[in-house]
Amino acid sequence: MMFITLTNYLIIGAILFGLGMAGMVVNRKNLIALLMCVELMLLAVNTNFIAFSYYHQDITGQIFVFFILAVAAAEAAIGLAILTVLFKHRKTVDVSQLNTLKG
Amino acid sequence: MGGIKRRVLSMPFNIPNFVPIIPELFMLSMICVIIMTDVFVKQEQRIITYFLTQFTLVITALISLSMFHMPTTITFSGLFILDPIATFLKLLIYIAGFFVFWYSRDYLGVRSIAIGENYILGLLAILGMMVLVSSHNFLTLFLGLELSALPVYAMVALWRESVDGSEASMKYFVIGSLASAMLLYGISMLYGITGSLDMRVVANTLAHTDLSSNLFFMFGLIFVLVGIAFKFGAAPFHMWVPDVYEGAPSPMTLFISSVPKIAAYGLAVRLLIDALPGLHVQWQQILIVVAILSMALGNFAAIVQNNLKRMLAYSSISHMGYMSLGLLCATPDGYAAGLFYMLAYAIMALGGFAFIVLLSKAGFEADQVSDLKGLNTRNPWLAFMFLLLMFSMAGIPPSVGFFAKLGVLEALIGVHLIWLAALALVFAIIGSYYYIRVVKVMYFEEPEHYKPFTYSKDLAVAMSINGIAVLYFGMFPDSLISICRAAFQ
Repeated sequence: MMFITLTNYLIIGAILFGLGMAGMVVNRKNLIALLMCVELMLLAVNTNFIAFSYYHQDITGQIFVFFILAVAAAEAAIGLAILTVLFKHRKTVDVSQLNTLKG
Repeated sequence: MGGIKRRVLSMPFNIPNFVPIIPELFMLSMICVIIMTDVFVKQEQRIITYFLTQFTLVITALISLSMFHMPTTITFSGLFILDPIATFLKLLIYIAGFFVFWYSRDYLGVRSIAIGENYILGLLAILGMMVLVSSHNFLTLFLGLELSALPVYAMVALWRESVDGSEASMKYFVIGSLASAMLLYGISMLYGITGSLDMRVVANTLAHTDLSSNLFFMFGLIFVLVGIAFKFGAAPFHMWVPDVYEGAPSPMTLFISSVPKIAAYGLAVRLLIDALPGLHVQWQQILIVVAILSMALGNFAAIVQNNLKRMLAYSSISHMGYMSLGLLCATPDGYAAGLFYMLAYAIMALGGFAFIVLLSKAGFEADQVSDLKGLNTRNPWLAFMFLLLMFSMAGIPPSVGFFAKLGVLEALIGVHLIWLAALALVFAIIGSYYYIRVVKVMYFEEPEHYKPFTYSKDLAVAMSINGIAVLYFGMFPDSLISICRAAFQ
């Protein structure tokens, strides 16, 4: 008999968060993938919250998740809006092309 | 049936105390009014939006001022707190916002940047900051933080012709979202250990736990601190600061450099002092590293910059280092010194970036150090104002920057971190080089042409107030310092 424990959920959360972060660091090609990585990190946080909420039998954690989801949607909207402005100027979504500002 | 209905009707529902959130409610309703006004007025009358915005800030400031002596109130089931720190930080935010909008009006008008939208986004960000500094629960803290960040990303990209603006906005957005994700991950850890999002409950649980056996605390704390450092723009999480400051249109740089930093101090106060005081030994050590790195990197990197905005960006990184010196003392004196440093920094950053806004003309950005050549012969008063600001940033008496640095060093010596105070002093001396270089360029180099410098009276008044504030609060800092102290008693 296998039981899924709190630790399992936390490991899943950590893996998702790590994947999102690694994606942001490694990815040098596509800005849209960067936005997806941000979403992935937020979802990892959601997994944590739900697991802890169930563990403590406390509903506030799940309510927090709703707020995070709503904010993530707003964030994605703004991110994509900025992306369109950027694309109009650069005609590319390549991360490595974002190099006019440095020093 | 009737019995159930009656019980439902008489279900106890406590109406929360609305008095502490009157400033927020007023701000929110005025934002709605301003949005509708801006949509319906004719293009040539859109100046109304500007005046409504400033009117809103003034009235909100008066409301908050009337609440200054109210006893600490917690309302909305522990979501919202009104205490002297919150009110003081809010007042600073209004004043800084007022000056930012005052400075940016001409610049935006000349370049036909969407004027109304700029003010509305700015007010929304300010509303978010008000919620943030008054939060007493991680939920309100997170929502306030996001509301203060999201409009600013849009503001940076608001000037659609600016190629650099869109790039800066993208960088700001990606790194800002990364920071909030980190902060949230840390908060989820803290929630996991304590089972509550309320800061007071978290602090109490922490006080009754054996910290040495629990690695989760450290884990959560480190993620939270990373989030805070990102928001401050302190090293080693400073990468976005120079790029965003340089790429954003100057009025937006002015906004980013001053107003959100004050709110970030509120974020640090809420998280570190209200929620995690039991971990102060741990966060003190981490903040020492952050402070040293910020002072070193900010000061050394600023020396080689020729772009004025970039130089001021690095200087702001070093200022954040000095500010965290106050915070890391973990004593009321230290917090007060940090708050006073933040206040002084806000005045100086406002003046410094406003200067770039002021010198710029349509189609010309005065963002190189060489653009200041011989400013003294072209406009002595303006040059003198900038001299005061530069001296203040370097920490030369009698300016507010000197007393800010003095207060922080005093607090450090108070907790026996003398080596750190000495190190901070060394970095301050290194840092004074690049500020004085700007003064040298203004006063002792030949201008490229002798045309007298023209700008509107309106801006001259704002700039003079700002420059004289640096001098005034440098000579009479007592009142401000005592307010800062009183906030942390």
